[in-house]
Amino acid sequence: MKARALIAEDEPLLAESLRGELAALWPALEIAATVGDGAAAVEAALALRPEVVFLDIRMPGMNGLEAAQALAEDWPEDVPFPLLVFVTAYDQYALQAFERAAVDYVLKPVQTARLAATVRRLQDALAAKATSPPAVELGDVVERLRGLLAPGSPAAAPRAEPLRVVQVGVGNAIHMVPIDDVLYFEAADKYVRVVTADREHLIRTSLRELLPRLDASRFWQIHRGTVVRADAIVSVERDESGRATLKTQGRPDRLVVSRLYAHRFKAM
Amino acid sequence: MTTNAGSAPAASTAVASWRVLAGRGLKVAAFCLVIAVVLIALFGDAFGHAVVYSLCIGLSCWLFIDVGGDLIAPLLSMPDFGSDSVRAGWRGWIWMTVLVLVGATLGYATGNGIANFLTGEHQPGPFNASLRQLRTVLVLAFVPAVTMTYFLISREIIARQRAEVETAQRHAAEQQLKLLESQLEPHMLFNTLANLRVLIGIDATRAQAMLDRLIAFLRASLEGSRARTHPLAAEFERLRDYLALMQVRMGERLQTRLDLPAGLESAQVPPLLLQPLVENSIKHGLEPKVAGGRIEVSAAREGDALVLRVRDSGVGFDALAAGDGRYGLAHIRERLATLHGERARFEIVADDAPDGGTLATLRLPFSTDAPEPVAAPPSR
Repeated sequence: MKARALIAEDEPLLAESLRGELAALWPALEIAATVGDGAAAVEAALALRPEVVFLDIRMPGMNGLEAAQALAEDWPEDVPFPLLVFVTAYDQYALQAFERAAVDYVLKPVQTARLAATVRRLQDALAAKATSPPAVELGDVVERLRGLLAPGSPAAAPRAEPLRVVQVGVGNAIHMVPIDDVLYFEAADKYVRVVTADREHLIRTSLRELLPRLDASRFWQIHRGTVVRADAIVSVERDESGRATLKTQGRPDRLVVSRLYAHRFKAM
Repeated sequence: MTTNAGSAPAASTAVASWRVLAGRGLKVAAFCLVIAVVLIALFGDAFGHAVVYSLCIGLSCWLFIDVGGDLIAPLLSMPDFGSDSVRAGWRGWIWMTVLVLVGATLGYATGNGIANFLTGEHQPGPFNASLRQLRTVLVLAFVPAVTMTYFLISREIIARQRAEVETAQRHAAEQQLKLLESQLEPHMLFNTLANLRVLIGIDATRAQAMLDRLIAFLRASLEGSRARTHPLAAEFERLRDYLALMQVRMGERLQTRLDLPAGLESAQVPPLLLQPLVENSIKHGLEPKVAGGRIEVSAAREGDALVLRVRDSGVGFDALAAGDGRYGLAHIRERLATLHGERARFEIVADDAPDGGTLATLRLPFSTDAPEPVAAPPSR
């Protein structure tokens, strides 16, 4: 069976070895690209649209789980979503979650017999996929990934006291921005933009670090890069293609709601 | 009264717990039976008479001294349940003397009254006895009271001290395990093995070299805590092992420089002191950075001090402060304090250099002999 695969693995020897082992086990599989970090994996996958993606969990920058989330959010509707295989050296808590969210997961060191089983599983899934419509299938992937990202997963361990004030460094001064003034937080490279009705600030933290410190009932994630204060949302609209956007009080810009979080917005 | 929130008995109530009290009561009762046997043997008392009187008097003396002491401690300014000896029932010499004298007198009167009521006899108590009878009272009340009080308190102090030693030992074992886990991080280990597995197939010589590094690293990690110090040259050799393993994994993303000037090779340092710093630099500084970066370890002598620096060009100090690297840092501080007390310094800051990440600086007394340890700080 012919197919194309993408390998995302930051350790060069391991990437090369996986490529070699796959070539032996599945000669018809073409390795479309090998990349070394999560962001490159998302970019390459969106550009090359392979059928299979091997994702290392621990990668620099964006990790494997975040890359999977980004793919699920940005993947075009009309192309079948790739089969994901997570590769990890040691994740004692998350293995079950990986198993639910992906077609398969492989432990490093990757053993040939185990990889052969994965290959069979992938081939079966590809054969089955040829008959099912892609839209249903993407919804399925979204559902699985949602389980992985849901609060209660080890990645989202709750912290004691929710943040009350955002402390923003401006030159030598610290501006205290009450959390109730924040309309939304938006990831911007290594920073997070803190947007209020009349101002914008930058704080030197990642959204990943910020999220556990926010009250999850008041601040809703709507995209991997956006967290909105629920009270500040005025309306949510869907365009013809099904893409949802929302408006916040006092801001003209529309924020994109990714398909992973669109289920939150339904009429009562 | 000052409450000591740290100790459970004080937080709940000033009276010792029911189980402890019941245990003491049983011991007192057993002691009373011994006294009864002595009375029968010495004075030819009737068996029932001796048992009833010694139990009644003994137990009520104990209730007055022990429980009474607990109850009035908050009213007077007796020492509170703060230390082990106080928790065991000891309240200082003055209060103990007053407690035993008053408690034994009242206890004798009460116990005698109860026994009189039970047996229908009319034995004199301390308030209605003749002078000759008071001698018996003295012997029968105070001597056992003092003996028993001493016995109970000293036994409990010993038991508590033993429990504390056991807790400390368990704590130390847990720390040891935690340290080992932090050194032999599973993620690092399995990734290294994965690389090794690949190398065996494509480059057996390199695989062998990597395996030798891994063996040296594992041996050092497992044996590291046994010696108090080792030469700086050995410390650098261990870092070389670790960095060589990481080099295979990270390839061009990792550049390393180890700078050990001549003359410093034999300086004594605690084994694997720098290991957690280098590991932090890689795990929290360089691994998260897509482009990777550089790590530099250097040693220098500044006067009487040996200065060790670990510098990386990673993502920086913030990520480290928020991450799980804290345990390793706390452990370094602890080890330096135990070995050198105030004479050692350790700081970790954001590096000012243009491509700087984190800079860790250790300053400890320069010595080529295994240093005299400073007494460990008291544990409480």
